[in-house]
Amino acid sequence: MNDFDQVALLLLILVPLAGSLMMMFMPSDQGKESWYFAIFVAAISLVLSLVIFARYDYDQAGFQFLRTYEWLPGPLDINLALGIDGISAPLVLLNGIVLFGGVLISQTIKHRTRDFFVLLLALSAGVFGVFAVRDLFFLFFFYELAVLPMYLLIGVWGSSTDFGTFLRTKEYGAMKLILFLVAGSILIWVGILALYVEASNSGAATFSLQGLAQLAESGEFDSNFQTLVFPLFMVGFGILAGLWPFHTWSPDGHVAAPTAVSMLHAGVLMKLGAYGIIRVGMFLLPEGADNWMPVLISLGTVNVLYGAVSAMSQNDLKYVIGYSSVSHMGYVLMGIATLDNVGVGGAVLQMFSHGIMTALMFLLVGSIYEQTHTRDITVLNGLGSRMRVNTFFFVIAGLASLGLPGLSGFIAEFMVFTGAFRTYLPLAILAVIGAALTAVYILRLLARTFLGEADEQWASLNDASPIEMSVGAAFVGVIIFVGVWPEPLMRVINVGVQTIPGV
Amino acid sequence: MTSLSDNLELLTPEFALAGLAFLVFVVDLFLPEDRKGYLAWISVAGLLALIVGSLVMLWGEEEELYDGLLAVDAFSLFFKVFFMGIGVFIIFSSMDFVKDRLQHQGEFYGLILFSILGMNVMVQSRELLTAYISLELLSFSLYVLAAYAKDNAKSNESALKYIIVGAVSSAILLYGVSMVYGTLGVTKFDDIAAGLTVATEVSPALWVGVGLILVGLMFKVSAVPFHMWAPDVYEGAPYPVTAYLAIGSKAAAFALVLRLVSEGFVPAADRWEQWQLVIAVLAGLTMLVGNLVALAQRNLKRLMAYSSIGHAGFILAGIAALSASTDLASNGVMFYLVGYSITNLVVFAAIISFFNMTGKEMIADLGGLADHQPFLAASLAMGLFSLAGLPIFAGFTMKFYLFTAVATEGFLWLAGLAIFSSLISLYYYLQILRQVYIEPTPAGDGGGDFLEEHPALARRPSLPLLTVLASGLGGIIWLGIYPKPLIDAIEAASRAVMP
Repeated sequence: MNDFDQVALLLLILVPLAGSLMMMFMPSDQGKESWYFAIFVAAISLVLSLVIFARYDYDQAGFQFLRTYEWLPGPLDINLALGIDGISAPLVLLNGIVLFGGVLISQTIKHRTRDFFVLLLALSAGVFGVFAVRDLFFLFFFYELAVLPMYLLIGVWGSSTDFGTFLRTKEYGAMKLILFLVAGSILIWVGILALYVEASNSGAATFSLQGLAQLAESGEFDSNFQTLVFPLFMVGFGILAGLWPFHTWSPDGHVAAPTAVSMLHAGVLMKLGAYGIIRVGMFLLPEGADNWMPVLISLGTVNVLYGAVSAMSQNDLKYVIGYSSVSHMGYVLMGIATLDNVGVGGAVLQMFSHGIMTALMFLLVGSIYEQTHTRDITVLNGLGSRMRVNTFFFVIAGLASLGLPGLSGFIAEFMVFTGAFRTYLPLAILAVIGAALTAVYILRLLARTFLGEADEQWASLNDASPIEMSVGAAFVGVIIFVGVWPEPLMRVINVGVQTIPGV
Repeated sequence: MTSLSDNLELLTPEFALAGLAFLVFVVDLFLPEDRKGYLAWISVAGLLALIVGSLVMLWGEEEELYDGLLAVDAFSLFFKVFFMGIGVFIIFSSMDFVKDRLQHQGEFYGLILFSILGMNVMVQSRELLTAYISLELLSFSLYVLAAYAKDNAKSNESALKYIIVGAVSSAILLYGVSMVYGTLGVTKFDDIAAGLTVATEVSPALWVGVGLILVGLMFKVSAVPFHMWAPDVYEGAPYPVTAYLAIGSKAAAFALVLRLVSEGFVPAADRWEQWQLVIAVLAGLTMLVGNLVALAQRNLKRLMAYSSIGHAGFILAGIAALSASTDLASNGVMFYLVGYSITNLVVFAAIISFFNMTGKEMIADLGGLADHQPFLAASLAMGLFSLAGLPIFAGFTMKFYLFTAVATEGFLWLAGLAIFSSLISLYYYLQILRQVYIEPTPAGDGGGDFLEEHPALARRPSLPLLTVLASGLGGIIWLGIYPKPLIDAIEAASRAVMP
């Protein structure tokens, strides 16, 4: 281990956090300067996450970049224990990419710019933190940190939806999102306390994930306890992952959010939920996970179908993508629930792939909305002739979303299906039908919005801005790269998945 | 047996504090009206000197005075420094308000100093009557302070309610003390514990006595169902006094409860187990009622009153979880008291600044604050996030610590209820932030422009209030990120009272 490895993860968390704190002291009227500074911070984070991912040694499985900082020893035994494994390494990379893209395209934020970036950077510090810690207290600490800025980010900088009969204000979306997510936090918190109490009854009180995992391994958590506590984590984290029937905050929240926040939220934050189920639920409560997986996979299947059917009937571009996120997170949940190494691996890959894909879609919709000031697909038409690059990117993202071979979505979904076919055949068949429905709503969206003759009113539209184009091109590059050559990602993910007990 | 005056020098800080209060009263007589502001600075300087002096003088002391009536130990030192620190910040928050809106500045600061003296003696007392007398010194100062805006009908009403309810609760407390004395023949905390442990059969009169003592104290900490006075008193009292009631007097009452329960009840483990459940139920009720009723409030002071009732419920849950086997719960209670007080200081400093500028105290008046007072708005936001228990602020770590302690003692249901109540509180705190950050500036009273009607909104908050805000924010972020130094001090204080 060299010096960099020692501090890499600490830097990963501290850079955006310190950036956020430093920005608080910048003068509030310097919009442009705040943006430059945020780009600077996001760029460092991106480089750090790239280097960390590249230096993750897949020949030795398990946690790497280990470092423990004493925080509160004694009866609580809380320490800032850092480390990433094969599951969190790709997600760290994902956050680095999406954060950088999101900050770059945020030059459109003109109102209280500084505060926007303060919150955005604090949020991403929380996301990095969740992926990089090995301690239950800090996992929850950073989880909450990732959720808390959302209310203001949506409430202040978001946009309301007004379709005449269908009115959804940004305040509504923001409050709904925060209440749902905090309700999830309640369950998680109670679950954490239950774990701690159980550990302390067995004489080894700790919040350390590894300490708790050892207790689970040595049979200190009996089967009843695990079955009782696992659903707290499954539902608590599941809410953030968009688990049906607790998904309804997600489309409303994504629609109301400003572009960069939608990108981060659908792209990365929802993955925190799925990650939490794996990291806390499956590692610490393997028997509970085993008992509850039939429920999780059924709900995941409903997610896939329900999300797809809902997306088909939406007329707002962002709602289509919002429901498609619900549908795609269903594959992630299904993959996790297969408890099969191919299925879980597929789920993790799907998290990465969907993160990039959905961020790209929200980016493109943002770019369209910036000019047209509507997201109504019954009004928008023929944009293809006006916004060629934008359309091209959208087609790629759409095709990745419906699982075209050669793009990232295909491999991930294929792996999830393989896992599901081995374990729950009928549900796997239903999920394949869901994938077919995806094609319906994606093609409907593409046909309505981009194909055909453009109306008069769209004659003066310009293509995406150079910045948006470069970010979009980078995302498209990642989608194609992973689709054609998933090996670098998969070998890291595989060593992570193999360490999950019960898989 | 040692003579009573042997180690009287350990009380020097208390004598000095009383002297300081008298000094303020006397100097007030000779100061011309336009220089009364000096009194605040004299009080602050005196308190700061006393904080340093107490730390230097009493560090590591473990002594008893007056044959065990008063204890000079780490626990009392911790709380004395804490109360005097609160006093400094409350005086900072009061300066502008007192100068612009109240008369008789000298007595205001003098009374604050006397109330701190009451708290300091109270936290040292290990005997029921000494505790009672110091509690009355505190309460009487507060009754007068609540009535300080003497031309304001609401302030008078508030003080009258406060004094009546306060007198009734003191009477209940005193009756309880007399019944305990009647049955056990002792009033010292550790003698009570010994009496409870030894007695094979506990007479009903003793149960009633202990119950009445607890009821009297529940009034003081405004636990449900003895909370009705709090919202009215908080609403009517002058703003800085409201802040002082919510922070100082609540923390002091809990400090007394903490010492009484840990030294007097917890050692009698069999009896204490029966009381734990009663307190736990009260705590659950308090947090639920406080937070639910807060949802319906439109007035900032009333909202803060109900929010403080809700927080009293959380702290009471920690009291219920006190046990002889671990000091986790008493640490949790003290940590929560410190974090809650600093956070509330920030919130109150922000809304007092706003009140000084506009004279408004409704939530709806806060509209657009983020545009004309970004720093106030940000401080308020961080303070409220902290109260709601979100990281990276003190609220998250203190709640996590306290609820873990409560769960460990077998009250997982109570911890769950507390977490659920925190969600409710988040909703009304967010309603305030929604006004501050999202809603537009309201129209002025005359239908004109709000900003033009209140030109002070365009100016910076005053220096003393900025000091409170800046140091308070530093404090809550420090406690939210690295509370270990404070926890170390708290553990030392815990050891002094735990059996």
